[in-house]
Amino acid sequence: MSAWHAIRTIAKRELVSYFTSPVAYVFLVIFLLLTGFLTFTAGAFFERGEASLGAFFGWHPWVYLVLVPAAGMRLWSEERRSGTLELLLTMPITAWQAILGKFLASWTFLAIALALTFPVVVTANVLGDPDNGMIFAGYLGSLFLAGAYLAISCMTSAMTRNQVVAFILSVVICLFLLLAGFTPVTDLLVRWASPAFVDTVAAFSVVTHFDGFQKGVIDTRDLFFFLSVIGFSLFATGVVLRNR
Amino acid sequence: MRPRESLLQAQMIRIENLVKAFGAKRAVDDVTFAVERGEVLGFLGPNGAGKSTTMRMITGFIPPTSGRVSVGGHDVAEAPLEAKRLIGYLPEAAPSYPDMTVQGFLSFAAELRGLDGDARKKAVGRAVERCFLASVLHQSIDTLSKGYKHRTCLAQALIHDPEVLVLDEPTDGLDPNQKHEVRNLIRELGKTKAIIFSTHILEEVDAACTRAIIIDRGRIVASGTPDELGRPLDEVFRRITLPDTVKSK
Repeated sequence: MSAWHAIRTIAKRELVSYFTSPVAYVFLVIFLLLTGFLTFTAGAFFERGEASLGAFFGWHPWVYLVLVPAAGMRLWSEERRSGTLELLLTMPITAWQAILGKFLASWTFLAIALALTFPVVVTANVLGDPDNGMIFAGYLGSLFLAGAYLAISCMTSAMTRNQVVAFILSVVICLFLLLAGFTPVTDLLVRWASPAFVDTVAAFSVVTHFDGFQKGVIDTRDLFFFLSVIGFSLFATGVVLRNR
Repeated sequence: MRPRESLLQAQMIRIENLVKAFGAKRAVDDVTFAVERGEVLGFLGPNGAGKSTTMRMITGFIPPTSGRVSVGGHDVAEAPLEAKRLIGYLPEAAPSYPDMTVQGFLSFAAELRGLDGDARKKAVGRAVERCFLASVLHQSIDTLSKGYKHRTCLAQALIHDPEVLVLDEPTDGLDPNQKHEVRNLIRELGKTKAIIFSTHILEEVDAACTRAIIIDRGRIVASGTPDELGRPLDEVFRRITLPDTVKSK
């Protein structure tokens, strides 16, 4: 069986399992309510008087911080808890095919959630004349941001059979990646550390790399950053599973 | 085919000096045996004797600390995919995905085994028939009784009509009728396949096995046909294994 066929088989089962349990619906409703509230109320979308989605994308690193680990925490810990890991890893497939299949399924699910925010784009286009290229870049960045958080959740999920532990570990790691480039934190750091040090720390932050996308710039360095976080975390997932 | 090759070919499962250590404890300690095609090997022993650990090493789920396992001539450590293709495996707890239907689950297993289209449909149909699952085919697995869940996982192990079956306590949790059916199934399948199954129910040795191995604290303590092991079996078993209340030195 080809590698791609195995990956697709795993991914299909995983994606269907989101929608056969309440997880998908709870997630989608909360995600849409939360982004809606933050964009239109807290983000003052209408009062800004500009046709852009800055108020929308600006919240994504924070919304994903809680919701993406919630979507990813069960990926491996559930397999470990129920013993199906033994079934999966004794099938004639490699561990990385299973890892990639599961990751792609969850990422697809997050992409569906993100796509369902289209009314925000419609609203901006009805009320004004936004730069749709910039909006597209924002969505692309947001998708990669979600992918990076998700890959980290995959890794923490593989470490434990307890979903709560997987969730908390994942939130903590993602929070670090978020705060390292969060302006209030970098302002604080600048008081006692050299600017070069602060810049180095900030370079590890998802915020720094998400910024460009929000401004409509698709920089290969930013893409590379997100892809390396994803690659590293999935590689670590493989190492953790091998040494379980 | 030369005689020597056919002899090697006949040994579908070969285990040589297998050791698995968890810290200082040796769960499996220098175990060597082989299972030929047409043989049903009963793997007996008290709880915690190392039966499941041995089976997990045969199926490639955990790597051995030392020693070799080969299945159908493929070294499990060096050519895991080739070896895994030949094996059907029923893990100890008979795990399955509770949110799937029986049909969905078996179809998923068949797909992972590389079966497509008509071949997959046929494979699922055959496994369903063998394990008497027709009445619950479209039910989601978490609504099934323990016996049905167990047989669903067994059906998954049979889905690709494997040459080697590794069954970890295949009759555990079944009622007497179901136990009888599964034993008959194992005996029937054993005519053309190599089967190893673990149990701590001694009647099963007489009912289904052509040969048995008794393992205690990681070591093989007896091996032979049921008649060779001696009668009554439960007395033999008690004499050569220690209850887990006795501290090992």
